[in-house]
Amino acid sequence: MEKPLTQHMRGDGAPLSLKEYERAGGYQALRKALKEMEPKAVTTLVKESNLRGRGGAGFLTGMKWSFVPMNVPKPKYLICNADEMEPGTFKDRILLEQTPHQLIEGMILAAYAIQADQSYVFLRWAYKLAAKVITQAIEEAYAAGYLGKNILGSGFDLDMHLHTGVGRYMCGEETALLNSLEGKRATPRAKPPFPQISGLFGKPTIVNNVETLCCIPHIVNRGTDWFKNLSPGADAGTKIYGVSGKVKKPGAWELPMTVTMRELIEDYAGGMQDGLKFRGALPGGASTDFLVEEHLDVRMDYTGVAAAGSRLGTGTMIILDDHTSVVGFVRNLEHFFAQESCGFCTPCREGLPWIEKVLHTIEIGEGKPEDIKTLEFHTKYLGPGNTFCALAPGAMEPLQSALKYFRKDFEELIRHKISA
Amino acid sequence: MLTVEEKLEIDKAIHEVPVKKAACIEALKVVQQKRRWVSDESLKDIAAYMDMSPEELDSVATFYNLIFRRPVGRHVILICDSISCYVMGQEKLTDLITKQLGIRYGQTTLDGRYTFLPNPCLGTCDHAPALMIDNDLYRDVTPEQLEEILGKYA
Ligand SMILES: Cc1cc2nc3c(=O)[nH]c(=O)nc-3n(C[C@H](O)[C@H](O)[C@H](O)COP(=O)(O)O)c2cc1C
Ligand code: SF4
Ligand code: FES
Repeated sequence: MEKPLTQHMRGDGAPLSLKEYERAGGYQALRKALKEMEPKAVTTLVKESNLRGRGGAGFLTGMKWSFVPMNVPKPKYLICNADEMEPGTFKDRILLEQTPHQLIEGMILAAYAIQADQSYVFLRWAYKLAAKVITQAIEEAYAAGYLGKNILGSGFDLDMHLHTGVGRYMCGEETALLNSLEGKRATPRAKPPFPQISGLFGKPTIVNNVETLCCIPHIVNRGTDWFKNLSPGADAGTKIYGVSGKVKKPGAWELPMTVTMRELIEDYAGGMQDGLKFRGALPGGASTDFLVEEHLDVRMDYTGVAAAGSRLGTGTMIILDDHTSVVGFVRNLEHFFAQESCGFCTPCREGLPWIEKVLHTIEIGEGKPEDIKTLEFHTKYLGPGNTFCALAPGAMEPLQSALKYFRKDFEELIRHKISA
Repeated sequence: MLTVEEKLEIDKAIHEVPVKKAACIEALKVVQQKRRWVSDESLKDIAAYMDMSPEELDSVATFYNLIFRRPVGRHVILICDSISCYVMGQEKLTDLITKQLGIRYGQTTLDGRYTFLPNPCLGTCDHAPALMIDNDLYRDVTPEQLEEILGKYA
């Protein structure tokens, strides 16, 4: 089983140095692209590879790049989204901490494809170790001539900066991220114009997730067929999956997108902790719909998870066990979303705290029968199309699916007036 | 008044961006790093230095979770209160810290040693529950370990 993204990790958690990365074939893709490929050819290759963004929305990466205008004056920007603040999600951290040059090479290739001359890594504040590792790797890359002016004698120039955020989930939303980089509050921007046309400081900009960018060197090196064949389904490449919650061995693994939920939980995460039963899981982070026992054999690719009524999201699964209160679980999630709402639009700003309050009331045994209606009302009015960005609809996914699959848990707490 | 050292660091950030204002979050970070929090006084000084109004800078400063606009203790304890940590027993840890230190979320101990804050997912959910004290991350934290961990910070 091929694991292009993680195969060269040292195993002790320390970052792969520039020398080690080069010895493993690192920066060969960059040499190849700069020497043999027109920028447009890189975009076409990535488009044909079927690579979909690993940041949550799953948009086709090459397609996104192809909207960037080519013959316009500089600057143009390439931004790596390393904010990773979605609860339950911890996969980018592994790549940032252990294979910094793989990310940097991916970023240079992406920048070359869209002819960007400026690049940023937008890193969340809590990733202290990653900040150190990336800072050093950027310095190494400059010293080796992979960054800066006239990279490897090709005439292509690129600068790279590390920007550490100061904590706000919204910074991960791509247009809010741009505002944050401009020194503003991280509120999302209206689209159109799309960032590809008018992004950071009004210039063409691409924002891509860490894992997405880490795939690029491999696609350039090995080609589209190889990349597509990594997973037998419609979705190409491998994916870094994670499992957290009360399983025996929580963790993250790079696997082809044929893996099922059951295999992830049983074979990789060692099964549920003794005495506990699986009740459900959020397959791809805090803003995805619950899947339950009947879905255990669902294939964890974009199509498979969507067909089961949820989203692959970030591919990092959070497990709900039978000793954890469903209402408490959902209340915790809605607390997060309520707190992290940017406050820009009313349904989200007012609705999420209301939801949190109702859930809390049910949790402490003071719920009323009509509370469930109130919650359902919100799942409708905070759903897709009613708010400015995807935070509110994302917040509704665990709630609406909990009401669907675990309604009895809510009703019992209300009926018997007991606390969870 | 911003110190010479602070100004130098802020200048470095300004040089990295095409529009001066874009470095304002960096500027807040620089000052917070030196003084632990951003007082009204400091905020005014930074705003003046960045050619912004204090109101504009404050609207930015208060938006972000980790810019402190009120004094904090010598050490800031951030406990992850998000979902995987919740499932793995975070609330118990929070209760214990509250008991041991006598402070709830948002409060600082009387001796100014610790401030205690909840923080969204620290990105280490496979090692939940997790907490951070200053720049140090603690993972798979058990109630038994708490006292020793806290004891490291004088
Ligand atoms: C509230 C919110 C938070 C987000 N946080 C992140 C994040 O931390 N990292 C990330 O890569 N994408 C995040 N996204 C998705 C980004 O908006 C964007 O789709 C992604 O960075 C694009 O990269 P990709 O195409 O490579 O997936 C978030 C979206 C929303 C609505
Ligand atoms: S949905 Fe929520 S987070 Fe998104 S813009 Fe509206 S208020 Fe802000
Ligand atoms: S939920 Fe606590 S570290 Fe992710």
